Amino acid sequence: MSFPLLTATAALPAIGAIATAAVPAARRTAAKWLALLVSLATLALAVVVLVRFDPDGDRYQLTESHSWIKDFGVRYELGVDGIAVALIALTALLIPFVILAGWHDADPLETHSSRWRPTQGFFALILAVEAMVIISFEATDVFLFYIFFEAMLIPLYFLIGGFGDRAHAGSDEHAAAQRSYAAVKFLLYNLVGGLIMLAAVIGLYVVAGNFSLQEIAEARANGSLDMATNTERWLFLGFFFAFAVKAPLWPLHTWLPNAMGEATAPVAVLITAVVDKVGTFAMLRFCLGLFPEASKWATPAILVLATISIIYGALLAVGQRDIKRLVAYASISHFGFIIMGIFAMTSQGQSGATLYMVNHGISTAALMLVAGFLISRRGSRLIADYGGVQKVAPVLAGTFLIGSLATLSLPGLAPFVSEFLVLVGTFSRYPAIGIIATFGIVLAALYTLVLYQRTMTGPVRPEVSAMPDLRVRELAVIAPLIALLIFLGVYPKPLTDIVNPAVKQTMSDVQKKDPQPEVEAVK
Amino acid sequence: MENLIALLVAAPLLGAAVLLCGGRRLDAVGHWIGTALASASFVIGAILFADMLGKDEEHRAVGQHLFSWIPVEGFQADIGFQLDQLSMTFVLLITGVGSLIHVYSIGYMEHDERRRRFFGYLNLFLAAMLLLVLADNYLLLYVGWEGVGLASYLLIGFWQHKPSAATAAKKAFLVNRVGDMGLSIAIMLMFTTFGTFAFGPVLEATGETGEGKLTAIGLMLLLAACGKSAQVPLQSWLGDAMEGPTPVSALIHAATMVTAGVYLIVRSGEIFNAAPDAQLVTTVVGAVTLLFGAIVGCAKDDIKKALAGSTMSQIGYMILAAGLGPIGYVFAIMHLVTHGFFKAGLFLGAGSVMHGMNDEVDMRKYGGLRKYMPVTFVTFGLGYLAIIGFPGLSGFFSKDKIIEAAFAKGGTEGWILGGVALLGAAITAFYMTRVMLMTFFGEERWRNQPTPSPAESDVEPAAEHRGTHAEPHPHESPKSMTIPMIVLAFGSVFAGGFFGIGDRFLHWLEPVTEHAHGHSPLSATTVTLSTMVVLVIGVGLAYLQYGRRPVPVVAPRGSLLTRAARRDLLQDDFNHVVLVRGGEHLTRSLVYVDHTLVDGVVNGTAASMGGLSGRLRKLQNGYARSYAVSMFGGAAILIAATLLMRAV
Repeated sequence: MSFPLLTATAALPAIGAIATAAVPAARRTAAKWLALLVSLATLALAVVVLVRFDPDGDRYQLTESHSWIKDFGVRYELGVDGIAVALIALTALLIPFVILAGWHDADPLETHSSRWRPTQGFFALILAVEAMVIISFEATDVFLFYIFFEAMLIPLYFLIGGFGDRAHAGSDEHAAAQRSYAAVKFLLYNLVGGLIMLAAVIGLYVVAGNFSLQEIAEARANGSLDMATNTERWLFLGFFFAFAVKAPLWPLHTWLPNAMGEATAPVAVLITAVVDKVGTFAMLRFCLGLFPEASKWATPAILVLATISIIYGALLAVGQRDIKRLVAYASISHFGFIIMGIFAMTSQGQSGATLYMVNHGISTAALMLVAGFLISRRGSRLIADYGGVQKVAPVLAGTFLIGSLATLSLPGLAPFVSEFLVLVGTFSRYPAIGIIATFGIVLAALYTLVLYQRTMTGPVRPEVSAMPDLRVRELAVIAPLIALLIFLGVYPKPLTDIVNPAVKQTMSDVQKKDPQPEVEAVK
Repeated sequence: MENLIALLVAAPLLGAAVLLCGGRRLDAVGHWIGTALASASFVIGAILFADMLGKDEEHRAVGQHLFSWIPVEGFQADIGFQLDQLSMTFVLLITGVGSLIHVYSIGYMEHDERRRRFFGYLNLFLAAMLLLVLADNYLLLYVGWEGVGLASYLLIGFWQHKPSAATAAKKAFLVNRVGDMGLSIAIMLMFTTFGTFAFGPVLEATGETGEGKLTAIGLMLLLAACGKSAQVPLQSWLGDAMEGPTPVSALIHAATMVTAGVYLIVRSGEIFNAAPDAQLVTTVVGAVTLLFGAIVGCAKDDIKKALAGSTMSQIGYMILAAGLGPIGYVFAIMHLVTHGFFKAGLFLGAGSVMHGMNDEVDMRKYGGLRKYMPVTFVTFGLGYLAIIGFPGLSGFFSKDKIIEAAFAKGGTEGWILGGVALLGAAITAFYMTRVMLMTFFGEERWRNQPTPSPAESDVEPAAEHRGTHAEPHPHESPKSMTIPMIVLAFGSVFAGGFFGIGDRFLHWLEPVTEHAHGHSPLSATTVTLSTMVVLVIGVGLAYLQYGRRPVPVVAPRGSLLTRAARRDLLQDDFNHVVLVRGGEHLTRSLVYVDHTLVDGVVNGTAASMGGLSGRLRKLQNGYARSYAVSMFGGAAILIAATLLMRAV
């Protein structure tokens, strides 16, 4: 038996989480370093996965399969395709930055006693989320996926509710109330989504007799498993609903601005850049893979909702007064693009959507983490409390601008590649929707540049006049992210090489062919 | 030899990277690094030019393929360059004028503590602009297209502690994004029509699709051109862009970037040739803008804004010419090059005047400066004579050709377009004479006038407004500034003749753009004579108004048209009311809707349910219930939407 690489990649952060939590109360710094080292080691394992993965090989690679709950045919089955590999790499890459950026976010205040322990908890919870996200990307057994898809809510609930942003306008009690409101809202939205999915998971078992993604997909393809049209549609909706809450898709989006606003910036990054990607990833893998006919049936409605998300999210971002909520609404707009790319059912759309998941992760991390550094200096999340920062902290302002430019998908930076692919892939099948979505690029410029103008330019406000520029730790977080944004903008080929074959498979799952260019169609 | 093409872009890009990441230790040498790398690019361009001249006409176009950029099933985007006569013309203009303006900026920005960064941005601009004109496909062109937009944003807002500069920068980027939307839709249309967006395959295959598709692509490209080249209806950003340092106005907002729209249309000639409707719209846009810009130029008292109106108007001429098809392509580019010389020269001259006048920009507070700034006066004067089309100077050759070409379109359209072009020439002569007289002649109105104007004194003094509130002491600028002005003045005088006599420029570009003569109802001599007549009228009227009579220091109220023209013909007011205010209302109400309809209704439901269950539940439970309800509400909407969509 070969080394269970996928299990190891998920188990390492899980073990690291327990170890971090067990560090004695006084050894706070040791706990931080331990968490950072574990996340770096996980990154190393993810790189091994990336290298071992052969884009031209089988669809699912590095597979592991063990019987687990025999009575229900639940198996511990892991395997990765190109899309999963890319997202595992993204997750493993971002966690060290999340940890480093949140280095002081859970430090005890002066009022706390010396036996205060949450520092350890904060970093342990981050690692726990990482472990569960990674195994969600790896699971090819529907039930196994479901368990971790739901279980990750628990550490996230504590991360949002227990470690809020200390930059809060109101009193401590008010802040605590807001925080628990956001955490409960997050939990309930996702729990209900999960419950509906659970019903669909059980329904799938009743119809198919097992939970194996590969077996069901094969049986569907060769006709041995026939699903009634209505059954397939209901099951599809059950799955899709849960993923649309997590992604999140309009009108199920309202938990995200609360969660991202109240959580610390690194946790907000964890939510939007990493955890939410499980939702869009699962749409590609489970909705399209298990229910191809129902996916095609629902496509028009989903594209309309995605288009609404793009425009609505962008307009709401323009109207925000809170920096972090602005980034949250921008993310809602971006998730609209991802979902649109998935359901446009073209090679460009789906490759674009997959790239978009990776690029959005990096660009949002860059913008949100710099925003977090900014907020921690001034102690306010309100845009109106800033002004003229560029003059006193030029490096901070410069990195903030690059993060903004990535968010508005400036050509030359990574998000442009994916956004254009999604647009062109959608346009080739649904021109009207493609054109409406293009308005999103104008609005994106509006909300990012207005944010930059109001916070960074103009006369220096007295409150920010003593603001220090980025520190070494902060630069170490932001510089690699910016380098990646530029690299993947100019040379995305390493990523597309991994993703393309998987997209080809998905396209054949749903039995869709790309529209022919008019000139060739004539010939 | 073609492997050098990438170096053209790489040199300034390296400069930008080094200068922007290098930190303070490069402050002392930053401007030299920037200037050296800009000049290096020019030298490489010159080598490639010499090589190109050595080949025969048909084999001058060369390419360089670097690597596959975005390889996705059915979609192929490459990083590849194409250097033909059209690109070469731009390369020489961009790197030549660009290098001169780098030199000028060494002196102009000497006292600015962020000079290193300024040169970094200038280098970034050069790299993006070169990428724009060298790309061999539309998607890579798009990268350069937005790259110059970014550089323009950074440079307009260079003094971003001034709110007006930061606002102007944002406005420029946003208006350009509207144009960029056009470019991206055009590329998507190309992809669905031709399966590619590389210049060669697209432009060769135009015959294989219908006129409707080509018209749509043409109009979308025109929208892009309107944004970048400040053409009506997307012109509103250019006047505000004058907030940037003057060398930026000269390089980006006069000589190079704003002409990118003309490049785009001429480059896509085959598409426009097969789409007469798109061509007609293009000529109309050009004609309207050339009048619009000229009228605005007549009313501005700010020397840079007057020149900005002029730039808009002159690009209107180019767009008009480009819309004429093969009759006009060559002349559009020829005017673009000569305009690059004289307008850059005029802006540098304006900068030199401001440099000697405590950064005053109001021409009503100038006057009689020819005695104090002889070099500036002579070089500016030559640029002035060139732009109004004084016989023998650059503008005479290039503008005259466009007016001829407009008539040559034939029919009623030809008469209208030709007439507008002639009228524009008269107004050009008027407003440029006005600028000349108000600045260099007449009484010295700056005496006993503290500058800058008190209106701006509450703002923290910027580099351009670092002036004290004392009477200015006009003086000539240092050599690093005057030498570029002298070089550009040479171009303003001789370039037109060099290009025009013997149709040299025509023969150079013809293999790329093709050329047709059209059927002019008027002979060339008639057109030239008419141009001379309107020129004299324009200069004469301006002399009567501003030469014979004293210029009031405070602007008179003026006629309704004058007041409208001062406000950019009210287009900004329209934008403000409709787009800015309307948009604010829309986003505000949406924020409200998101809070009340999606959240509030749910909370209300929760409250009433809490009431039903005896109001004993704790708040948290109420929330919990409310969100459960909202989830099901959301689910219901999703399912209803799905069913509805299927039913339709």
